Amino acid sequence: MTSRRKRFAMIGLGLVALSVAAALVLNAFNSNLVFFFTPTQVANGEVPHGRSFRIGGMVEKGSLAREGDGLTVHFIVTDMAKRVPVTFKGILPDLFKEGKGAVAQGQLGADGTFLASEVLAKHDENYMPPEAAEALAKAKAAGAQSSSTLVVKPQ
Amino acid sequence: MIPEIGHFALILALCVAVVQGTLPIYGAAVGSSALMSIAKPAARGQFILVLLAFCCLGYAFAAKDFSVLYVAATSNSHLPLHYRLAAIWGAHEGSLLLWTFILTIWMVAVTLFSSHLPEAMRARILGVMGLVSVGFLLFMLTVSNPFERLTPAAADGRDLNPLLQDPGMVMHPPMLYMGYVGFSVAFAFAIAALLGGNLDAAWARWSRPWTTVAWCFLTVGIALGSGWAYYELGWGGWWFWDPVENASFMPWLAGTALIHSLAVTDKRGGFKVWTVLLAIMAFSLSLLGTFLVRSGVLTSVHAFATDPKRGLFILVFLAVVIGGSLLLYAWRAPRVGLGGGFDLVSRESMLLANNVLLVVAMGSVLLGTLYPLFLDALGLGKISVGPPYFDTVFVPLMTPAIFLMGIGPIAQWKKASLPELAMRLRWAFGASVVTALLLPFVLGKWTPLLSLGLLLSLWIATTTMVNIRERVSHLVGNSLMSCLAALPRAYWGMVLAHCGIAIFIVGVTMVKGFEVEKDLRMNVGETATIGGYTFRFDGTQEVKGPNYLAARGIFNVTRNGQDVTMMYPEKRRYYVQNQTMTEAAIDSGLLRDLYVSLGEPLEDGAWSVRLYHKPFINWIWGGCLTMALGGLMAVSDRRYRLARRRERQEEPEAIRSEDTSVA
Repeated sequence: MTSRRKRFAMIGLGLVALSVAAALVLNAFNSNLVFFFTPTQVANGEVPHGRSFRIGGMVEKGSLAREGDGLTVHFIVTDMAKRVPVTFKGILPDLFKEGKGAVAQGQLGADGTFLASEVLAKHDENYMPPEAAEALAKAKAAGAQSSSTLVVKPQ
Repeated sequence: MIPEIGHFALILALCVAVVQGTLPIYGAAVGSSALMSIAKPAARGQFILVLLAFCCLGYAFAAKDFSVLYVAATSNSHLPLHYRLAAIWGAHEGSLLLWTFILTIWMVAVTLFSSHLPEAMRARILGVMGLVSVGFLLFMLTVSNPFERLTPAAADGRDLNPLLQDPGMVMHPPMLYMGYVGFSVAFAFAIAALLGGNLDAAWARWSRPWTTVAWCFLTVGIALGSGWAYYELGWGGWWFWDPVENASFMPWLAGTALIHSLAVTDKRGGFKVWTVLLAIMAFSLSLLGTFLVRSGVLTSVHAFATDPKRGLFILVFLAVVIGGSLLLYAWRAPRVGLGGGFDLVSRESMLLANNVLLVVAMGSVLLGTLYPLFLDALGLGKISVGPPYFDTVFVPLMTPAIFLMGIGPIAQWKKASLPELAMRLRWAFGASVVTALLLPFVLGKWTPLLSLGLLLSLWIATTTMVNIRERVSHLVGNSLMSCLAALPRAYWGMVLAHCGIAIFIVGVTMVKGFEVEKDLRMNVGETATIGGYTFRFDGTQEVKGPNYLAARGIFNVTRNGQDVTMMYPEKRRYYVQNQTMTEAAIDSGLLRDLYVSLGEPLEDGAWSVRLYHKPFINWIWGGCLTMALGGLMAVSDRRYRLARRRERQEEPEAIRSEDTSVA
């Protein structure tokens, strides 16, 4: 092969590799994007059916109930306008608490209950996940966050 | 008073950095030896000043000086001393100081080990590092000063995030930053070459050890972070494709591509332009990593700082560094030249293919990490990209890369023959395919991914053996041992690092294939069995720590009626931040980990409990450490020492090591 044809072959191979990768990436991307919705959007029926999505908001005070198996929990996520009942089987994260923000991922059941496969609360005591904070923006939930400490983190 | 000294030292360091970043580079351009010679003392002076600042902050923590805002925000009088000192890098401001401190350490290292470099090149390297340092010092002094006072002083501090009160977290950030910042040396070498317009094999040989050392640190840093997540977050995962993890993984991928590309530039003078681009890429991604983690743009366990002003500064800084170096690249790269040609089937082409795959993998991680941020910033809705995306993309991308990893080291440079390669590797291929297909049945379960994982690791292991055997048969020696000892360390380094990948793949494959995870409710005295181990829950007792109160669970583990171990997972409540923490109990072993963590207390002393059985999980980190060890081995090769001793003299060395392998 001449060096020119060699170069073309190399470039060709590179392009093939890139396009295969691009196809892979886009395909995987398409099927694994998880969209976020607020409880109001859930109530308005804007959410996809048969596909995973996330909801976020505040865990309503007094709504947490546990079944006899000790693992299945029911609670309500609210953005102060609408409420969505959530069912989750598993161990809740340490930072999950009534009256605090939480994000759950899962699917909407036929009866309107959100069946969570995952509950996220990867944030510290005084910090809201942005998704939850957005859902609660009207409720000014951030102002209600109590702090038992003397120093406020620099803003 | 002490914090003010620290603050003042930082201001002086900035002045020195400005001098170091301008005069030597100018001096190199006009050929003024006097100006160039400023670089060395300036770099050392800067080191002393930043060290002073670092010690001042350390003193403020040790002395519990809660009149310093940063100290009050990240420590507490009940926090033990070692965690108070580790709290220096527990949040945003201190991490930046650590970053800058490590940068000056690397600068001093460059001044110490650069006597063999041409004067202009050394001046340019230190100058570029000085400019990077200017950016970081300016950042600290304008928007994120670790020495800022709090008036009136707090009576006590807000305490370090309990997640960070852990030995793994003491070591993880410094290691990771040693890696991130280490790429600044490779970057400075690249920029110096672009400025000087001379990029030859000698240049590659000089910058190779620096890049490899940085890569080793980064590898260990990532492994430590992953290990920390495994035992500290309490749910037993070791990699979550969290943006923060991706932030450290992207420079690693680019850095891995870079050390392989440098090998080609060193040995064959090829890939020059590509090598320079990768060096710029690796450092840019390190900066991006710092930005992602420390500006608070992400929601994740690591993003403790939240301040858009800082984000803006780093964004501008990133734009200047990346944009500036790419502009310089576009302008000067044509001068550097492409380097020697090679055939379609040759070691070069395989390394190139590996490079492309690594960079594509890096790009897919970048896409998955940044796309949600862009959408969010543009107000197009909030999305997240889940781990399944990365899993689906990574397996098909890494499979060919690892296949090539087996062939590359035994292929000839410039021109190799496919039939001949096939002949040499037929036994390796046959043995790995057969074993990979049969082994899962022996282990009791077959899935395609299980076989694929085993195939890849066996392929690396068998091709490595073929490679070593061929190497030894070329040598004339008395005994096998003396033959093995005669092989250069750079070669052994490559072998070790590649075996590290194999070990890592075994770990991942076995954990994914055979792990057992069980969440359940356990009453006192109740037993549960997973993976052949029986766990009996003997209730909990209250335990008091220095700054927390814990419920400690007692688990008796038996296997076939024989006592194995006692395990004590804890649920801690840290007083100051009133935060609950799960402290998992782990019984580690070469072939399996047992993992117990407490969920929530239920009625009558019962608890919800997580029981995990994780086969081969330690191989994951063992593989990473082996890779890093391989890197260090390669760096200790005598050719680098010889090259240094030989001062600026050129070549004969290169001929001898012509066929020394890529490491």
